Amino acid sequence: MSFEIKSSSETYDVIIVGSGAGGGMASKILSEAGLSVAVLEAGKDFDPAKDEDRTQLRPSWESPRRGAGTRIRPFGDFDQAIGGWDIEGEPYTRAQGTSFDWFRSRMVGGRTNHWGRISLRFGPNDFKRKSIDGLGDNWPIGYDDLKPYYDRVDKLIGVFGSKEGIYNEPDGFFLPPPKPRLHELYIMKGAKKSNMPVIPGRLSMLTRPINNERGVCFFCNQCNRACQAYADFSSGTCLVKPAMQKGNVELYTQAMVRSVTTDEKGNATGVSFISKVDMKEYKLRSRVVVLGASACESARIMLNSKSKTHPNGVGNTSGMVGRYLHDSTGADRMGIMPDLIDRERYNEDGVGGMHVYTPWWLENKKLDFARGYHIEYWGGMTMPSYGIGFSMDTMRKYLKDEFGNPSPNGGYGEGLKKDIRRIYGSTLGMSGRGESIPQYSNYCEIDNNVVDKYGIPVLKFHYQWTDQEIKQAKHMQDTFEEILTESGATLLGKKPGPETMYGLATPGRIIHEVGTTRMGDNPDTSVLNSNCQAHDCKNLFVVDAGPFVSQADKNPTWTILALAWRTSDYIVSELKKKNI
Amino acid sequence: MNRRENLKLLFTGSLASGLLLTNCTPEDKQADLSPKIAGGTPGGRIEAEIERDQQLLSETFFTQEERKKLDILVDIIMPADDESGSATEAGVPDFIEFMMKDSPSYQTPMRGGMMWLDSYGNDHYGKTFLELSENERMEIIDLIAWPDKASPEIKGAVNFFNILRNLTATGFFTTEMGFNYLGYKGNVANAWDGVPKDVMQKHGVELPEKYLPYYLKPEERGTVAVWDDEGNLIG
Repeated sequence: MSFEIKSSSETYDVIIVGSGAGGGMASKILSEAGLSVAVLEAGKDFDPAKDEDRTQLRPSWESPRRGAGTRIRPFGDFDQAIGGWDIEGEPYTRAQGTSFDWFRSRMVGGRTNHWGRISLRFGPNDFKRKSIDGLGDNWPIGYDDLKPYYDRVDKLIGVFGSKEGIYNEPDGFFLPPPKPRLHELYIMKGAKKSNMPVIPGRLSMLTRPINNERGVCFFCNQCNRACQAYADFSSGTCLVKPAMQKGNVELYTQAMVRSVTTDEKGNATGVSFISKVDMKEYKLRSRVVVLGASACESARIMLNSKSKTHPNGVGNTSGMVGRYLHDSTGADRMGIMPDLIDRERYNEDGVGGMHVYTPWWLENKKLDFARGYHIEYWGGMTMPSYGIGFSMDTMRKYLKDEFGNPSPNGGYGEGLKKDIRRIYGSTLGMSGRGESIPQYSNYCEIDNNVVDKYGIPVLKFHYQWTDQEIKQAKHMQDTFEEILTESGATLLGKKPGPETMYGLATPGRIIHEVGTTRMGDNPDTSVLNSNCQAHDCKNLFVVDAGPFVSQADKNPTWTILALAWRTSDYIVSELKKKNI
Repeated sequence: MNRRENLKLLFTGSLASGLLLTNCTPEDKQADLSPKIAGGTPGGRIEAEIERDQQLLSETFFTQEERKKLDILVDIIMPADDESGSATEAGVPDFIEFMMKDSPSYQTPMRGGMMWLDSYGNDHYGKTFLELSENERMEIIDLIAWPDKASPEIKGAVNFFNILRNLTATGFFTTEMGFNYLGYKGNVANAWDGVPKDVMQKHGVELPEKYLPYYLKPEERGTVAVWDDEGNLIG
């Protein structure tokens, strides 16, 4: 069970702030080591196996908005991630001339309820980028340090994929990948002509069981709605709940952490939080504090934890907390495949994501930008929901009658109805997700002018893309056109040009933000040491993506999980040695 | 008694505060959140979402006259045919009514567009849209339903009809009737085993030879995975 309000005088061994990927993994590993653990979550408890929480398998008509997004669920009315870009009572600000959009999920499992389950290991090069191109910084650890943990994460959580032997895309312990969908086969054929690899996706859904506690995927395409069979990874169902069942873990929900409390020596003593239920402040004590509130929220808590020994916020002697904030780059393009018009019907839902993808395949030495990107593909005969049948005022012309004459755009009537049926499942597209260069000048700080409804000072963001990312986006657009065209598709819309930075997504929009509490060997230029322990507060650790020195062209979750496991092992060993 | 009522009473000074705050029983603090109007989204809703759905469902945007026009218009866009019923039979007007409140930016173009139909009818036929004959109505609709041919002077009405077409189509195809008409086969538990062979053949695509031994075999979906030290699946 979880506590909505509990005032406790007992001292926990560890307090973990946040129940997402990092916090969830820490709760599991630390409780299995016999430690008493309190997990604090700003949102509510939630279990997709309970019918009252279930949105999985609900047809569109059960939503009065037919699945359209809302402020609280911008990715759709049935999406399980509660929060969004703009949370009532929890504002953030941006410096003039800069942009950043901050996505938060307020619920057990955090943003693992949202993500696409793309589970890629960082490769050896991804930890040593400065050595390769001179930009940014190297991590203080390398692939070999994390490999054993990636292996364990694969086996604990499950990921499907194929062994490829690509140096910087390390293989793991893969479950069998699902066969490609039809549009994916077209893309594979097209990409082959351009010598681009398209390989099975690497996603954390159980195509086969890994234990007797979680079910297997039944291919409904709805991982974003949370799985009643626990066949996909989310931190709540796969880490936090099992940890609570087996170990000494207490879950505090609706608990908005304001600060880390410290003693006169500067060591952490616990946390101070506001209960959203009674709007009162509570304190909890512990021997160790672990922050896993997300890169920006953890930085916010640290910056708001000011004391005599930590005048700039705990962990912030270097002034680096909030600095080097960076998100993945993102750009997209869409097309329509004439060969898929009037297509045969069958159940093509598959898993909740792509069955194939393209890892980065080029040499940057021959290009005018420094880092790579991977490509995700989408399309197919997905469940009709809000938006189906839209845009026939511009799209209907792609339909041809038996004599090859295009249908006129717009219209009405039986012919329109038939044409929408004919065009269904014929559009497809792709999204590039790439590596940006971390910048000291891209950061978040406390905005002293604004507090949220809990009275906690909010974050102010400063973020601008550089030429590196803009050139990368331009390259993405050229590649997208090439693949779509080679696959036989007709391009839709105008190619994004320099006026939109080639369609480069606003920082934050890819929801891969990292780097705000980066690790390093030098305490003057980093917040954490190579074990994700604060340089200036030895019993304070960070387990989200804040410690990342650089965000590779891979989704960050698998690395958050591996790193959180490694950090948790270190905490256990340091406690045993009585070093903390 | 909830917190807001407490505060209201405190500030109006009608009762002593101590008594009020201690008199609240735990039951009082729990607001009654059970939906009173059917039709809100089910599944894991937070209080703010239940309240918002209830609020939107309790409001009415379209006037009775607008609603009559809407019924006519959506059935022009998605009529009944041999294979399925019409937009009104699929409940599309209720969906559009809801969307006006859920996405208020729709309100002005929709209301304005329906007014434009009356204005045009008055100017050219001396009748409002509802008073027109079916043929007369269709003469007006044909002016605004074909964006590439429409006169630039009536672009606003064309935009209105584009929005109406979008909402009508989405409203129709997201119902059970629409799913059936479309032939959507998903949203059921199944064991995906790739695109049917005859479909692949027809499209001239095939599975890459290289991956054939590795793709998921549906008959192995019940077997717990076991790997060797190199990450090869051995059981």
